Amino acid sequence: MSTTTVAHHEEHSDHPTGIMRWLTTTNHKDIGTMYLTFSLVMFLVGGAMVLGIRAELFQPGLQLMNPDFYNQLIGVHALIMIFAALMPAATGFANWMIPLQIGAPDMALPRLNNWGFWLLPPSAILLTLPFTLALFGIGDGAIATGWTFYPPLSVQGGIGVDFAIFAVHLLGVSSVMGSINIIVTLFNMRAPGMTLMKMPMFAWGWLITAFLLVATIPVLAGAVTMLLTDRHFGTHFFDAAGGGDPIMFQHLFWFFGHPEVYILLLPVWGFIPQILQTFSRKPMYGYKAQVYSLWAIGALAVVVWAHHFFTAGMPVPALLYFMYSTMAISLPLAVLFFCWIKTMWKGSMSFETPMLFAVGWIILFGIGGLTGLVLADVAADAQYHNSYFVVAHFHYTLFAGGIMGIMAGVYYWLPKMTGHMYNEKLGKLHFWLTAISFNVTFIPQFFVGLAGMPRRIPDYALQFAEFNMISTIGAFILGFSQLLFVYNIIMCAKGGQKATDKVWEGAEGLEWTLSSPPPYHSFNEQPVIK
Amino acid sequence: MADSNPSQQQVANKKLAMKVLYVVVGSLLFAFALVPLYDVLCSITGLNGKTDNTAATLSKAKIDNTRVVTVQFVSAVMPGLGWNFYPKQTSITLHPGQIETVVFIAKNTTTETVSGQAVPSVTPGKASSHLKKIECFCFVNQALKSGETKEMPLRFFVSPDLPEDVKEMTLSYSFFKAPDQK
Repeated sequence: MSTTTVAHHEEHSDHPTGIMRWLTTTNHKDIGTMYLTFSLVMFLVGGAMVLGIRAELFQPGLQLMNPDFYNQLIGVHALIMIFAALMPAATGFANWMIPLQIGAPDMALPRLNNWGFWLLPPSAILLTLPFTLALFGIGDGAIATGWTFYPPLSVQGGIGVDFAIFAVHLLGVSSVMGSINIIVTLFNMRAPGMTLMKMPMFAWGWLITAFLLVATIPVLAGAVTMLLTDRHFGTHFFDAAGGGDPIMFQHLFWFFGHPEVYILLLPVWGFIPQILQTFSRKPMYGYKAQVYSLWAIGALAVVVWAHHFFTAGMPVPALLYFMYSTMAISLPLAVLFFCWIKTMWKGSMSFETPMLFAVGWIILFGIGGLTGLVLADVAADAQYHNSYFVVAHFHYTLFAGGIMGIMAGVYYWLPKMTGHMYNEKLGKLHFWLTAISFNVTFIPQFFVGLAGMPRRIPDYALQFAEFNMISTIGAFILGFSQLLFVYNIIMCAKGGQKATDKVWEGAEGLEWTLSSPPPYHSFNEQPVIK
Repeated sequence: MADSNPSQQQVANKKLAMKVLYVVVGSLLFAFALVPLYDVLCSITGLNGKTDNTAATLSKAKIDNTRVVTVQFVSAVMPGLGWNFYPKQTSITLHPGQIETVVFIAKNTTTETVSGQAVPSVTPGKASSHLKKIECFCFVNQALKSGETKEMPLRFFVSPDLPEDVKEMTLSYSFFKAPDQK
């Protein structure tokens, strides 16, 4: 691999300073930093909301808030965590690392990139503004339907629903623009000699994510637009009395919603193998098998959506089809798990913070996957549907599988991005606190779910009291542990021990051939891959 | 990189970006196309128990005396409509092909004239296309004056093509407040 390609052109460093630098920047590293910062802020906002929810659930009965406000917190927590925390984090990594990993000077469409980011803050404001408006007596608060917008409730809801619909429009436009950019970058900007089958796994994960996004986000945009016209313009898409069908919304929503799960996870499945190979000091096992598995999962993702509402009523052949196709996803996923474990097998492993997160991630995400297999069973799902079992399941996939994976990536690339090492001791403490308190929070939720505690209800039967108390305690430890994460990142950005170019002994890939932090403009002369 | 003329690379990038944009527009159109497609799919497969909500022509079909099928009636009034609504008889047993009339009773308990729209659904789904309605109060909106009680007839038959294994079916009516009225 060729190295030292950094030709610094002085005329390029005359970019504006201060706020204008960030508003007008088209530099992929700046935009990546903004995405990641935005994501971190919204992660804390969404986390604060869920602490409100858990505080209410600490004891049975209604103590802190009325049910309507509780419902608003539930819905906005989910929307923020999915659209404003997880997705921007993945896009931030894509912006930072894809050009560096494939030896490109920047993203293919830098202005689109800037626009894509700056749509995010307005949409976050749209999502949360109704809370503030309600304080001044305008409207009745934020969207209270849960993140799924199911009619007829969402047709009857207050202005919060309209705000959320427009927020989803903006977020959708933003992620579609990000995806177009990534697709074009990966197809057109790879270093000479880097064939598709030589791309880093992270690039593969994101390529499939981007395809899923351009195929499914418009369906969500269409569905919420129909909702909007049902609410205000007299259409009856989802109104049974007018000849529509509320179940159709569930089909439209989950046609987007299930691929969305993989949209959140595929980038993580991309870079976790890179972390595993770095800290196992041996090549990634089964590169081709992993790429094909990612494709298989991407393809299956769009044909299994109805398993989210088995109980809404479907003919038996449809139930069987959606059950078997859903279970089929576990086959390529099992291939991935096998490859991840085999990458570590007999490696010379060391457990720095990124590796701790990656290994913990495999185990916890594995639990998420296996409990999903239980839910995919039509017969079992009739009991588990809309119970806390589902809540626990998707937090194992999306918090452990999504956010803890992102944290692994943050610790892995932070020295590269900032040029400083983070505090290893604090990082390890953060991992153990997160991993343990996460399980303390969500294992009890499996139990209360199996025992029949329904989700999205602010009160519960007395027999669930102990488990909910444990869960709330876990959630508060989990929430406050994240302040360590924030502190560590800020301190690392400010200074600390200088990071070497390679940072990690076993690191492989073009991004590690650059200095830490990489120059503002990198790979103006593309490296040639043998 | 600082050329004012777009480089070959930039032209290629824009071309590919436009192609991906077509995919985006395509899937947006697909979302709206799903609305009619969904109806087609439902009426073919009986998904959601959607039944044909138009009058069937009076059947001269032979009555299949070799078997009977039980049709049960279920009623519901949706929130927002202040009516009582229930079937006069909860089930009927008949031969496929045999034309029967059953009566539902609706009463407006509010102080205003209100129109409602009944939405039918048949379970199991595979039977839904075989329940043929000749005349039904669900074909049009029904207006009831304050306090008025009305007998609403349903004239129907079960098609003799009904699969042999269906011995029982349920016809459910949900009465909604008709849309677009205050």
